[in-house]
Amino acid sequence: MEMDKRLQLINISKTFPGGVQANKDVSLDVKRGEIHCLLGENGAGKSTLMSILYGEYHPDSGEIWLNGEKISIPTPKIAIEHGVGMVHQHFMLVPTLSVAENIIMGMKPLASFLWDMKEIEKDIARFAVERGMKINPSALISSLSVGEQQRVEIIKALYRGVDLLILDEPTAVLTPQETHDLFETLHKLAEQDFSIILITHKMNEVMEVADRVSVLRDGRVIGTLPIANVTPAILARMMVGRDVSFNLEKSERAYGEPVLRVQALNLIGDKNRQILKDIALEVCSGEIVGIAGVDGNGQNQLALCITGLMKPTSGHILFDRKEMAGKSPLEFLKTGVGHIPEDRHAMGLVMEDSVADNFMLQRYNDKFFKKLGFLNMTAIMEYAKKLVKFFDVRTNSVKTAAGNLSGGNQQKIIVGREIDRNPKLLVAVQPTRGLDIGATEYIHKQLLQQREKGAALLLISTELEEILALSDRILVMFGGRIVGETSAGRANVDKIGLLMAGMQAEKE
Amino acid sequence: MPAKKRNSSFFTFINLFPQILQQTLILPALALVLALLISAVLLMITGYDPLTSYSSMWEGVFGSVRVFTEVLLKSTPLILVGTGIAVAFRCGVWNIGGEGQFYAGAVLATWVGVHLSGLPPVLTIAAVFAAGVLGGGFWAVIPGWLKVKLKVNEVVSTIMLNYIMIGLTSFLVTGPMQEAKKLFPQTDEIVQAARLPNILPPTRLNIGFLVAVVTAIIIAIILFRTPLGYAIRTVGQNPETARYAGMKVNQSIIIAMLLSGGAAGLAGAIEVSGLTWRMFATISPGYGFDGIAVALLASNNPLGTILSGFLFGALRASSELMQMNAKIPSVLFKVIQGLTIAFVIAFSLLSRKTADEREAEKSEALTASEI
Amino acid sequence: MDFIFSLQLLLQATLRMATPLVLAGIGETFSERAGVINIGLEGYMLIGAFAAYTTVFYTDNLFLAILAAVLVTVLFGIAFAYFTITVKANQIIAGAVLNIIGLGISGYLYRILFAQTLKASAVRTFQQIPIPLLKDIPLLGPTLFDQNILVYSTYLLVPLAAIILYKTSLGLVLRATGEHPHAVESLGIRVIHIRYGAVIFAAMLAGIGGAYLSIAYANQFVENMTAGRGFIALAMVAFGQWNPIYVWLAGLLFGSTFGLQLRLQAGQTAIPYQFLQILPYVVTFIALIISHGRSMQPKAMGIPFEKEGN
Repeated sequence: MEMDKRLQLINISKTFPGGVQANKDVSLDVKRGEIHCLLGENGAGKSTLMSILYGEYHPDSGEIWLNGEKISIPTPKIAIEHGVGMVHQHFMLVPTLSVAENIIMGMKPLASFLWDMKEIEKDIARFAVERGMKINPSALISSLSVGEQQRVEIIKALYRGVDLLILDEPTAVLTPQETHDLFETLHKLAEQDFSIILITHKMNEVMEVADRVSVLRDGRVIGTLPIANVTPAILARMMVGRDVSFNLEKSERAYGEPVLRVQALNLIGDKNRQILKDIALEVCSGEIVGIAGVDGNGQNQLALCITGLMKPTSGHILFDRKEMAGKSPLEFLKTGVGHIPEDRHAMGLVMEDSVADNFMLQRYNDKFFKKLGFLNMTAIMEYAKKLVKFFDVRTNSVKTAAGNLSGGNQQKIIVGREIDRNPKLLVAVQPTRGLDIGATEYIHKQLLQQREKGAALLLISTELEEILALSDRILVMFGGRIVGETSAGRANVDKIGLLMAGMQAEKE
Repeated sequence: MPAKKRNSSFFTFINLFPQILQQTLILPALALVLALLISAVLLMITGYDPLTSYSSMWEGVFGSVRVFTEVLLKSTPLILVGTGIAVAFRCGVWNIGGEGQFYAGAVLATWVGVHLSGLPPVLTIAAVFAAGVLGGGFWAVIPGWLKVKLKVNEVVSTIMLNYIMIGLTSFLVTGPMQEAKKLFPQTDEIVQAARLPNILPPTRLNIGFLVAVVTAIIIAIILFRTPLGYAIRTVGQNPETARYAGMKVNQSIIIAMLLSGGAAGLAGAIEVSGLTWRMFATISPGYGFDGIAVALLASNNPLGTILSGFLFGALRASSELMQMNAKIPSVLFKVIQGLTIAFVIAFSLLSRKTADEREAEKSEALTASEI
Repeated sequence: MDFIFSLQLLLQATLRMATPLVLAGIGETFSERAGVINIGLEGYMLIGAFAAYTTVFYTDNLFLAILAAVLVTVLFGIAFAYFTITVKANQIIAGAVLNIIGLGISGYLYRILFAQTLKASAVRTFQQIPIPLLKDIPLLGPTLFDQNILVYSTYLLVPLAAIILYKTSLGLVLRATGEHPHAVESLGIRVIHIRYGAVIFAAMLAGIGGAYLSIAYANQFVENMTAGRGFIALAMVAFGQWNPIYVWLAGLLFGSTFGLQLRLQAGQTAIPYQFLQILPYVVTFIALIISHGRSMQPKAMGIPFEKEGN
């Protein structure tokens, strides 16, 4: 065993109950002071592999060698004891507790007293500075920005004496500036001999930060290469298994009349925080307007206002010249607004209900599904069967609970349902989040078809690729405002990137 | 597809039956048998012969036409209260206030029954029923309204309203509503026209039982076959999605509570107009609380409450008989009731898990085969 | 002078009535902080009250009685924990079942052992232990320092609970478990263990609270003698914003309504006794309405913990 190898995974396999094989004979190694990227599509098995390393899952077979020693990692506790730490994509921080409290949680025996919080806080501050980070240990987590919270997560792991740090999609929630800071921190840590595994599906990040990269596809390692030997094109090919064209076929179209017109829209939230400020936008029939931006800059609230689920503090939402601000969600539905919500679990599907029930969700009161005031079960079933077939939802029967379907098929139910209502305006928020390539392509095609049919589409996504591929016009949101507008086209990527980071593009 | 078998083949076997049959018949029956077995051990430890005890219970249910009608009379309020609670639970509202709503309905029904004279029986009875529904509904809408407007936790508020209503009733029957003779803490009898027709003299069986069964059926239809019921159920499962679907979440909760309390209040009205003909402070031996068990045993299905209401009514009636004949404390039925529910919960969770895994496996197979 | 004496009696009664509420409430605070709400406190208290009474009846030993109450309620606590934490049953439903079974089993055994055989009789109870010197402080002395040992125990319990919750490593983990259990699990601490512990602790305290009713406050067991105190304790936890000190103050408030009810009933008043009887419930109801909206309710309360994966 070479001594510069900190970690070696040998032939790790993992199959989930239900039969999905997430990892197949995965082998890879990580050196001391190395930043090693794990690149792969959603569902390629990256997160499962790292959860195995962190003791959250148990491999069916395979070996884990750490510092030249074969070990088994049954729990996260043992992982931490072996010096393996993890920064989860969804932060594992308690918002009602302070930074220091989150960091020292569980480090001392449960029976010990914590009279010396002040000392602990000082120690944490010193510790952070030594590793090139700044943090206020007495601040409440809920008062920190996303970037700061991530820093707390990193310090939390390092403070426990971790020397191999796993970061799961760390940049998904960061602005480009915060991403830059994070990468700088990671480089500093690597210089101090820490090893870092970074899970990502973004190639540009790999190119920017990695020493070596391992590409996963369908649960297997396709290859591990030093960064000097790869190009984005090579990586893309390895990831997807074929040449990828980023361009969907899209016809030129003349736009019709404006369907949606938002003017001077303001939303003020808790503690007088301005969530949306002076939003003005227009979506015409036959047009896809994309809203780019890093998560948490007001896009979701904008979508909720436009669909009636949130009441704006002031401003106008004109739908076919009709004022809709302040109206109920039902009235928005009736005027022809379709909505693919951000989170299909929290909103959009009733997981316990059948596929059929979910298809008629907003139309439960339609004449079409009623007979003498009662629900017409035959009509509901027939309708569901028709849609299942048409939108290619893979399910046993329309009576299966929606929660038992795969994520892609659940999303197809929502997309199919919204499209079949023939909306004049379709608001699609993160329509392909967490889906595999097949389902993503399918949904993109469906959205473009709506554009052909003359619907107005508002696409909100944090995936810049998706925005670029589909939109006719692109608006960028930052800090609750629309900070810029560009026409579609790859040429404008740099400009969009700057805007997303909150930097005003120079006036043209 | 080498999926791991994690659950026993028992639940795999149970899952061969249609879901509805499992939930309303097979699992509750199994749970009841287990509860009776455990209670048999308790009986043995405390010096009774379980076999004779249970056979005397059986006698107490099916021994004669008279005891059977008494069972039906006891089941009547349980079916109604249970049905109401099922609606609330389906809407995600933890209405533990069946007892108070039963009392509120009984009080208002009594007041109307005592004072309304000169109308034909049909109308009088209708008015008494309406008063019961209104009283119970009102008492349930208060915590419903507090929940949607002020986010007041309904578990505690409905329980407090139980105690408050019972106290108020006790005050009313010794004060403003006390009988003219002022002898006992009770009201005057309701007028003749307000009394429910007997359907099987010489027993006490009246049309109240039929009203309960029909009400349960109607509420089942509302819940499962109307847009309103669909909205109520969706709100209970996922309020965010309900809002997204254009449903009026708050309104659905209020309506569910109105139905819920209304059914309990109707039970109170039937108890007064069918059996007691007057109101007194201890008119309910705890029907409101039993109603929770009735709803749970029926997996919150109003049709199922007809069966589970009958079952717990039988337990209650026969355990009272058992107490008289064999000196076995009737409160044993509470133990049986509690154990039955406990097993039903455990079974339904475990069998659901097996069923889900099977479904997920099948759907997964479909997805996998496409690649 | 007469007024002072009445006030003293009222305060004494308040403290006595508050004790079972505070015991159950502090336990429930820990349970809810860990993410498990138990509306079955009433059931625990009845079981505890019965176990304590029976033990004193047969052994004449008060401390064995407390031990018995604790042991028996802990058994039920383990069952409740198994259902809500391991099987992941709905916590409200499981609590309701606990109430039914608690009422049933305590009532059944009481009738078999005592009522039917007419053996039921008053038993030895915890006596007041006046504390020398301190008890002579005017008003406060007789109120605070002329009580029985269970009342005294709350003087220790409340600050101890606050210290554990806010000043120990365990307390930190406990508070996190009710807010963000996955964060706790990701640090290698087993959420399930923490929750089991908190639920069992709550059962233990509620059991002692029940025992207090039968062998300190009264001298016998009465069927359903808790009369809703378990539910009031539940309301206290919300009213006290999940903070032991505030929960204790809420307990004193509700205790005072019971105390007031006793004092007024003893004296001559024009108020119908039923209104006095429902006073604690009315106050609880109003408190519930007042405390809405500024809730510090633990985010994960009532939600079974699903470990991701495996």
